[in-house]
Parts: sequence; structure tokens; C-alpha cells
Amino acid sequence: MAYLTCEKVELAYEGVPVVSDLSFAINKGDYLCVVGENGSGKSTLIKALLGLKKPAAGKITFGDGLTQKDIGYLPQQTPAQADFPASAFEVVLSGCLNRLGIKPFYGKAEKERAWANLKRLSAEHLANSCYRDLSGGQKQRILLARALCAAEKVLLLDEPVTGLDPTAVEEMYQLIKKLNREDGITVIMVSHDIHGAVRQASHILHLHNRPLFFGTAAEYRKSGAFNGVKATEETAGRSAEESALQKNTVGMIADGSESAAGRKMQAAEMTEKKTQNSVVREEQL
Amino acid sequence: MIELIQEMFSYRFMLRAITAGGLISLCAALLGVSLVLKRYSMIGDGLSHVGFGALALATVMNAAPLAVAIPVVVAAAFFLLRISGNSKIKGDAAIGLISAGSLAIGVMMISMTSGVNTDVYNYMFGSILAMSDGDVWLCVGLAAVVLFLFVWCYTRMFAVTFDETFARATGTRVGLYNGLLAALTAVTIVLGMRLMGSLLISSLIIFPALTAMRVCKRFISVILSAGVISVVCFFAGMMMSYAWGTPAGASVVVVNLAVFLVFYVIGALRER
Repeated sequence: MAYLTCEKVELAYEGVPVVSDLSFAINKGDYLCVVGENGSGKSTLIKALLGLKKPAAGKITFGDGLTQKDIGYLPQQTPAQADFPASAFEVVLSGCLNRLGIKPFYGKAEKERAWANLKRLSAEHLANSCYRDLSGGQKQRILLARALCAAEKVLLLDEPVTGLDPTAVEEMYQLIKKLNREDGITVIMVSHDIHGAVRQASHILHLHNRPLFFGTAAEYRKSGAFNGVKATEETAGRSAEESALQKNTVGMIADGSESAAGRKMQAAEMTEKKTQNSVVREEQL
Repeated sequence: MIELIQEMFSYRFMLRAITAGGLISLCAALLGVSLVLKRYSMIGDGLSHVGFGALALATVMNAAPLAVAIPVVVAAAFFLLRISGNSKIKGDAAIGLISAGSLAIGVMMISMTSGVNTDVYNYMFGSILAMSDGDVWLCVGLAAVVLFLFVWCYTRMFAVTFDETFARATGTRVGLYNGLLAALTAVTIVLGMRLMGSLLISSLIIFPALTAMRVCKRFISVILSAGVISVVCFFAGMMMSYAWGTPAGASVVVVNLAVFLVFYVIGALRER
């Protein structure tokens, strides 16, 4: 049986569907990357997988010994965290909170677990540094260690490489790959970086309010969904302009408000700003 | 110096003000760290104005001030927390609306009945004479409750303050801890505002946290330093108020401001 199965899932805000007719399954050891544009329902899907949002229709089932609690989560960083006065170790340790039960304080077991996960990500030298003084890549490493403290069967990563410099992006991908291959952790990653995703992941889910593609990465490379993306990138030379645009919109939805109205406005703005070529691409999709 | 302190403590009203104020300062500083880091500082400010409105209402109704103010301000705290959590409504504007609104309604109510008198002045800027024996015991009780809950929930409070989304995703009851924070803040503000004044009480919440954050690099050290800084500043402010006859609330805030500036410079020098 699969770890996690979505059957004809529909996710909606106030009756307006954001994601519909979504069916896919994740098996133990898979590395699934969910790609799609802003407002395509990726964040909503994350909330549903974390159990923070109930599907309006269909169902999400866990199997093969997996429960909701076994999913570790790497959220997007919030602006409030940028100047947070806490040591990296305190942050990692806070991932052990769900193991405390009714105990008020962390014991030896939790502290050892936090150290083990810091070592696993070769970040033990950062333990006593202040979180706000770390670089973007180091912060992600610390948050990844925290996610591993919380659960270690499945990791759910929300835009883990957004805002990182190219070296840090590469390091992050290597780290995730290592956790997947060597430690057998199932990875679900949501990303804008389609090319990185195709290189790294074993499976791809391309979302555009409904699934455009679900299958292995190799199949995806040959599919219309991926070629549609590639073709327009080549002809429009969009990379520079659009990546700037993407950064803007990432900022816009950073507060997590993905209301239906906001989504429509964003979609309208995006279309307006896009070159004609990308409009054509959207139609192809 | 020592003579001054001895003289100060020889007055019963000073002893009451210092005991109650010191405990309130401690509670406000502990809660303040979480509030400031969660970007909720303005809620403290909003609540103090709601508190003014509630005290005015109590004066007009001839009711016991705390019996009216505590429930009203706790209710307002939950309301403000809700609108801050809702990104559709701009929380800061809503807080401005509520605080100015309740201040205005309070002033109107008082001016239409008893007229603007020393009561109003004391509610606005505070008075060291405001504390009765009963109030002091209330403050001791509150401080005990806040300290106990804060220590007991420390690990959870940290998780909820640092990353609400992650905490929620890993099964922490975020709503419960936010509610607890709001309720404790509301009670602290109501008890402290008669001493500090409704215009100045929010400084007890904001200043110590900001000051401690200039130099501390661990959450636990921020919490402990904020508590110590707050109590020391309060005591120094009271001495200043006693020695020079300045209003208590304003004196405490001025000392807090001075200490903040010193820590700011130390922090900036360290960074270089």
C-alpha cells in the first residue's frame, strides 16, 4: 500500500475550488516534486497534506504505517524570523516539541536527538550561532534539522530553495537528495524551480488547479506539460524577466493568503505583465 | 542614595506602588518578548486604550474599576488577536480604530457625567497613589499565575512565537497559546495602567524586550534579561519620580528609553 494516497481530492476556499480532481500516490522512498505557477494550488495542497485543511471532496489516506504525525515540515521563512533572537540549537530543539507529550521541558533524549540531526546535516558548528546571523542556506539547514526532529519518515518541503544563492541552492538539493537516497526519507517538495525539480526528483506532479501531469520525472521530461514550459522559455527568453516577476509574486503571497479573490487578482496581474509568448504558453497548458 | 531608598520605603503608598509595579513590570516584560517577536506590540497599545474606555465606563456606572475593565479588555484582546490573524483585514489599522475609538468614548462619557477631573488625568498618565492593599495582593496573585504559566509553557511559547505554521503542523495547539498570551497580557495591562497610565503602560511590554534583543543571542537569555531590565528600570524610574517629583509612569518610561539607547549602542558596536 502507498504511504499517502489522494483520491479525487478537491480543495476549496469558501466554496471556490482551488484544486480539483487531484489523484496521486506517494510510496516509501519516493522524491515527489510538486511544480506549478503561483496560485496553482500548491500551498493549499501542503495545508491539506499537513491536515490543516480538510478536502471539500475526495479523500487523503495514509498507509504503510504512516500517520499524519510522521510528516516533517519545512515551511517558508516568515519576515518575523529574520531578526529572531534565538540560537540555532534552540530552533532545532523546538522540532522535538511533539515528542514531549505533557512534559513541560526538553530532556536528555530530545537534546540528543537535536544534536544528531544537526550532525546529520553537518550543521553542528552552527548550534550556538544566533539564528538571525545565519545566511539563507544555513537557516534552511537549521529548519531542515528541526523538521527531522519532528518526524523522519516523510519530509514536506515548501519552496526550500527560494531566495537562496546558486551555491546554496545546489547544497540544499544535495542535502535533500542525500536524505532521500541514503536515509530513505520520502520527500515531497513544492518548488518553482522546474528544472531543478526534474533533475532531482523521482516523481513530478504538475499542478495548475487540476493536475496537468503526474508520473516519474523521466516521463515528465517527454510530456507536453514540461515541453510547454521549456518551449516558451527558449523562445521568449523569459528567464530573467520572469524570475524577477516570480520573486515579486512570491513576496506577495508570502503571508500565506491564498484566498480565491487574491488568487484571481494575482492571476490577472501576472497575465498582464507577461509577454505575449507566455500567454500563448498558458493557453497551451 | 541609601537614605533616599530608606525614606522611599518608609511610606506605605510607595511600598505598595513599588511592589505591585515591580511585579507588573516583570510580567509585562516576559509577555512582551513574545508579543514583540510576533509583531503584536501594537495590541498592547490598543488594549491600554480600551482599558481607559473601560475604566471610564466603570466610573460612570459607579462600579468597581477592575470588575468592569478586566472582562472588557480580555474580550478586546481576543478580538484584536483574531483580526491580526486574519490577513484580509489590516490589523494595524483596525487596532488604531479601536484604540482611538475607545479613548474618545471614554473621554466623552466622563465629560458628560463628572467632567474631566483628576481621575481622568490619573487614568491617562498614572498615579503612584492608585494602588490599594487589595490591588497589591491582586498583582502578587497575577504575577504568580503569569510566572507559573510562562515557565510551564515556555517550550510551547517558544515554538509558537518562532514559527506558528510549523507548530500548528506538528500538532501544537497554537490557538490555545495565543489565547493564553492575549488573556495574560490583557490582565497585566489593566492592573498596570492605573500606575503607569493608559498612554504609557504599553512601554512596559515593548521596551524591555527590544532592549534585551539588542545584545542577547539566545531566546532564554532575551527572556531573562528582559525581566531583569524591566524590574531594574521600574525601580530606577520610581526613585527618580520620588526624588524629583515627576510622574511615575513617565519617569519609568524615560529610564527604559535611556537603557534601550545604551543597549542599542552596545549592540551596534558589537556588530562592527
